[in-house]
Amino acid sequence: MSGPSTYKPGTAIEKWLDDRLPIIRLGYDSFVDFPTPRNLNYWWTFGGILAIFLMIQIVSGIVLAMHYVAHEDFAFESVQRITRDVPFGWLIQSMHANGASFFFIAVYLHMFRGLYYGSYKAPREILWILGVVIYLLMMATGFMGYVLPWGQMSYWGAMVITNLIGALPFVGEAIREWLWGGFSVGQATLNRFFSLHYLLPFVIAAVVGLHIWALHVPGNGNPVGLEARKGKDNKKDTLPFHPYYTVKDGFAIVVYLMIFATFVFYLPNVLGHADNYIPADPLVTPAHIVPEWYYLPFYAILRAVTFDIGPIDAKLGGVLAMFGAIGILFVLPWLDTSKVRSMRYRPLTRWFFIFFVIVALLLGWCGVKNPDDFVLGIEGFKFVYLAQFLTAYYFAYFIVILPLMGIIEKPKERPASIEAAVLGTDKA
Amino acid sequence: MTEENGAPGADGQEPSRRDFIYIAAGGVAAVGGGLVAWPFIDQMNPAADTLALGSIRVDVSVVPVGSEITVMWRGGPVFIRHRTEEEIAEARAVELDALPDEDARNDNLPAGVPGTDANRVLRPEFLIVKGNCTHLGCVPLGLAANTGDYDGWYCPCHGSHYDTSARIRRGPAPENLPVPDYYFETETTVKIGLSPDEANNSGWAVS
Repeated sequence: MSGPSTYKPGTAIEKWLDDRLPIIRLGYDSFVDFPTPRNLNYWWTFGGILAIFLMIQIVSGIVLAMHYVAHEDFAFESVQRITRDVPFGWLIQSMHANGASFFFIAVYLHMFRGLYYGSYKAPREILWILGVVIYLLMMATGFMGYVLPWGQMSYWGAMVITNLIGALPFVGEAIREWLWGGFSVGQATLNRFFSLHYLLPFVIAAVVGLHIWALHVPGNGNPVGLEARKGKDNKKDTLPFHPYYTVKDGFAIVVYLMIFATFVFYLPNVLGHADNYIPADPLVTPAHIVPEWYYLPFYAILRAVTFDIGPIDAKLGGVLAMFGAIGILFVLPWLDTSKVRSMRYRPLTRWFFIFFVIVALLLGWCGVKNPDDFVLGIEGFKFVYLAQFLTAYYFAYFIVILPLMGIIEKPKERPASIEAAVLGTDKA
Repeated sequence: MTEENGAPGADGQEPSRRDFIYIAAGGVAAVGGGLVAWPFIDQMNPAADTLALGSIRVDVSVVPVGSEITVMWRGGPVFIRHRTEEEIAEARAVELDALPDEDARNDNLPAGVPGTDANRVLRPEFLIVKGNCTHLGCVPLGLAANTGDYDGWYCPCHGSHYDTSARIRRGPAPENLPVPDYYFETETTVKIGLSPDEANNSGWAVS
């Protein structure tokens, strides 16, 4: 990884292994002696939390698959059976369902951390892009997993999302039928979603491996956004990952798991939707279809496009805007023109960022509401209008604000080094 | 391409035999890769048994005038409404240019036929259409709950209004509810989903 290895095999067996497969060396260099900036705050602990949650989801998921039946006539019943009859099934099912939500909470905090501290900037563009790939895979996995209990929200969520594909010109309907494996969401759809839902977490794990590899080339970013100095001064800017950050990450993981446990044991259904306790019925649509909470901002963007844009009709426009909202993250490293990584030293952009976070949360609020309802009961102020304004800001943040701010903003003076920032001698 | 054997084209002048072999081998590999990939892609399309389960028979004598039923066909709903004289008259009075989608969307007729009510029904009293909103696939509400502003169907998901010929009139849905292949086997029995033979003798004609 970065810098020469400092691993020294302690025993003859370790020496023997090291000459043949230096796997202990890899672990030591990556997670024990790895030089880590000494000023990381708790926003940097979500990477470790995410790794834990990927493991929780995989382990609980493998166990659930031992009892789950991927058939349209039995899927709903089999999930009920897991929660009632299978020993500790209630616990494992609750861990898996709530684990998905906590996985997404952590990934959103991790991403906002990256946006605030400029973690996507050179030389970490590939690291950031791999993260966006993981996020997309998580979205796909979460969506297909939510279909498996085969309740009303499962079925109709799958119907709405697969119908979005039908909006693509020329090939849309053929692709939709190909995804369904039939003429509607049905047995074939459920069966393949189960197969892919089992596969994708392992793909995620592989990309996480690349993500960590890409992280360990330049090393961690940090709140002041300065690179740790090389050579003799490196020791002044960094600490070994173990024990300093194993303990810090470990503490954060324990706190996060305590909140998680509160939901698993006391609020197991709060993050779900009551309608998913009604078995799927292809003939009756629920009065109000809502996706899982972690898709709500993008659902709001989808529905905000109610007008045709040239040859693109409203339906396709909404689909393009929704995918564009995620796709734009791929090019973010080249949209932000500022050389300054951390928002701490970007007095103007910092406020635009804070507003961006509020916009993202408000989009989630719009996603859960009926577009034609009035915001706070204000006559005429429909949620769809609010969503349109928020969508405009969402895209403007990336396309207008970040490129422009790099040119017009005068950044604050930054400390000379991480060491100087930590010791408070800012004007070193 | 550097050539070790000094064949013609070593300095990038003329394509050599070696160049040809590289391109030919690469071409074969690409075609082979495509041929291997195709079965793994195509397997996701509807299977033979799914395609074979394509037709149902419905006794429409159980549907009184002014009411409707929903039947399941190919995993989704089909609306069968026994229309009143007023509903038929209302559907026939609509001018084509009042329709957001002027296509008949009738699987029994060639594509691009104008969407008059006559082109959407075999017998005027029975309107038979697939029951998934053309926006995002929700099942619109009908006579039992809410017929919308045009007396047909109303989709609660995003507010699409359909008229008494199940044509989209207002809202985000881009197309009329499609008419499936069907014909009247007897006076009271409708067969939905036809073999090519049946389709040729179903009695449909562009009006």
